[in-house]
Amino acid sequence: MSPKTETVPRQAMREQPPQERVGNFNEVPLGYTEQQALAEASRCLQCKKPKCIEGCPVAVDIPGFIALVQEGKFAEGARKIKETNVLPAVCGRVCPQETQCEVLCVLAKKSDPVAVGRLERFVADWEREHNVVERPHTAPPTGKRVAMIGSGPAGLTCAADLAKLGHEVTVFEALHEMGGVLVYGIPEFRLPKKILREEIDTLREMGVKLETSAVIGKLATIEELMTEEGFDAVFIGTGAGLPHFMGVPGENLMGVYSANEFLTRSNLMRAYSFGEKADTPIARGKRVMVIGGGNVAMDSARTALRLGADKVILAYRRSRDEMPARAEEIHHAEEEGIEFHLLTVPVELRGDERGWVTSAIMQKMELGEPDDSGRRRPVPVEGSEYEEPIDVAIIAIGAGANPLISSTTPDLETNRRGYIVSDPETGATSIPGVYAGGDIVTGSATVIEAMGAGRRAAAAIHQYLLGTKAEGQPTADA
Amino acid sequence: MNEIIAKEEIAPSTYGYDIYHPRIAKKRKAGQFVIIRTHDGGERVPLTIVGSDVQAGTVTLIFQAVGHSTKELAQLGVGDRLLDMAGPLGKATHIENYGKACVMGGGYGTAPVLPIADALKEAGNDLIGIIGARTKELVILEKELGAICSRLEVATDDGSYGHQGFVTDVLQKLIDEGEKIAFVLAVGPTPMMRAVSNLTKTYGTPTMVSLNPIMVDGTGMCGGCRVEVGGETKFACVDGPEFDGHEVNFDLLMKRQGTYKAEEQQASDHAAHCRVGLEAAR
Repeated sequence: MSPKTETVPRQAMREQPPQERVGNFNEVPLGYTEQQALAEASRCLQCKKPKCIEGCPVAVDIPGFIALVQEGKFAEGARKIKETNVLPAVCGRVCPQETQCEVLCVLAKKSDPVAVGRLERFVADWEREHNVVERPHTAPPTGKRVAMIGSGPAGLTCAADLAKLGHEVTVFEALHEMGGVLVYGIPEFRLPKKILREEIDTLREMGVKLETSAVIGKLATIEELMTEEGFDAVFIGTGAGLPHFMGVPGENLMGVYSANEFLTRSNLMRAYSFGEKADTPIARGKRVMVIGGGNVAMDSARTALRLGADKVILAYRRSRDEMPARAEEIHHAEEEGIEFHLLTVPVELRGDERGWVTSAIMQKMELGEPDDSGRRRPVPVEGSEYEEPIDVAIIAIGAGANPLISSTTPDLETNRRGYIVSDPETGATSIPGVYAGGDIVTGSATVIEAMGAGRRAAAAIHQYLLGTKAEGQPTADA
Repeated sequence: MNEIIAKEEIAPSTYGYDIYHPRIAKKRKAGQFVIIRTHDGGERVPLTIVGSDVQAGTVTLIFQAVGHSTKELAQLGVGDRLLDMAGPLGKATHIENYGKACVMGGGYGTAPVLPIADALKEAGNDLIGIIGARTKELVILEKELGAICSRLEVATDDGSYGHQGFVTDVLQKLIDEGEKIAFVLAVGPTPMMRAVSNLTKTYGTPTMVSLNPIMVDGTGMCGGCRVEVGGETKFACVDGPEFDGHEVNFDLLMKRQGTYKAEEQQASDHAAHCRVGLEAAR
């Protein structure tokens, strides 16, 4: 192993201290300094056959951009990433690098992997903060029109790739702000909305039309977009927007939220500044229980804390090893004082005479044999029930397929769980010219996986629009 | 888009707006709603669509300025624009020819009854209308419904106009008189819809009500609008807003509608300059 790895340790990122940050909604990690970025980049061995790229769903040229960082060419580094990833400031913050690119880093075998995510974030922030963001090159207009349904990571990525290729792209978003789950789901302290808006502005500058408050399926069907509104192709990236509930008694009590509602109120509607800059209220619990073990559960718990909770319990039915949340999110949640009640699950929520939740009846679980997901199945422990007093409960156990599109698109094939059936390589659905990708195909996954699906679909849509085999991938002229 | 083309105060604190949005005007069907915002930081307010003019590209909304956000909406005038308007949301009313149908509206809930009455009439129904309000000056759309219904009765709580009492008293009277009503549609305050449903249940008359729980996105994404119908949880925004009145858990609905009472109080305490509040739907 190169001596570099022994002399320069993986650079830690500065963070707001836990005691301080629980009192505000500002971003927790503060990013690298230039010196830190140079030091971290120096750790990259520039492997001839880099493994890290294979772990990236959009195949960012990781050693390529890091080489530019090594030379101090930070803006160029950002532009290298943007050849394949339109949202580097977002991905640098929310991607699970530890299970994608970084886990494959050759340094990881002996010590710590190169901090790819932190470097990605650094260059994207540096380019933006120094006002040197360049509008990506776009090919001459092809005269073809493509509609994106949904402005989350899949739709935005697909839109950018197709715009680069010269197609006229319109993104339809049901809510009043662009960004999908990046806006309504991910809290300000993890992804400042200003950063997202600026990355979306780049798309606007590329000529992508952005239409908010446009609920496709209701305002116009996909068929109408293609027959009456002149779109040559459609990409469906609507996400998994249908919250799951547990199906236990008391779930409709007041103070019981789906994570989607709780986070939408706080993030999209900015209920955390209720009474000042926002009119949408949110229940500010003193004893809050979040049910679930994913990133959404961590986001909900940390949001509840910032809204003034004295105690936030995160109840998860399996053990820590099975938690689907990113390691960093679990770490941050623990640092902030979220109490993890592992191997426990509420079997009932109880309320007072006014209908407000007052307690959860919890049951202990133990791990049995592995289930379909390969994780050990939680099995209830008889007689282990106890009562936990709470005043807000947030259910973060996942989401399903929202039927708004499928129910209004009769020929669109869906599976038994309501997800759209599409070719994993191309995103092609059962309707010619209609493609789909992201959570509405796979169920809840990550931002970058949705972006990967958006990219693959863009390549396939480009081929479809030209009526030929594509000569180049969408990045060819980036 | 979203420009207010016409504004009329049709009753005290009750306004009718025609808003320019050709696509919604063209697509909307009876029973559907829109979600609007007036300003950045404003609530998403669901309002039932009362009608539309496809030629002019306008959508008609009627609302009562009762909460913080509807009061802000009422401040707008002709030429102003809503910041956002999304729709048409929710399922359209199921329309069929029942023979004789009774449409009932309570307060400004009478407004959403109008497009449904239109559609029922179109389908060949003979319509009886019963509309009610607290007092005479709050009775709305009497003329419009009068033109559609073969019989229109008005009730006021204080007896200042029409029958004194509730719309259910009038319905009971009609039933007693031998009117053979095959279907009832009722829209209004939750206690009114519950009272109508309780009454018609005793006669086994199919009854639809349009529910107005608290909503956020209106597309099925948050589940804040969940209601219990026939013991099952439904999302009013996508599964409704209309449901079988005999199956609705009205007690739960009323409790959930009061979720943010404290915040509403906070809003009225600070009324002058503090932006707070919450609109229950419609």
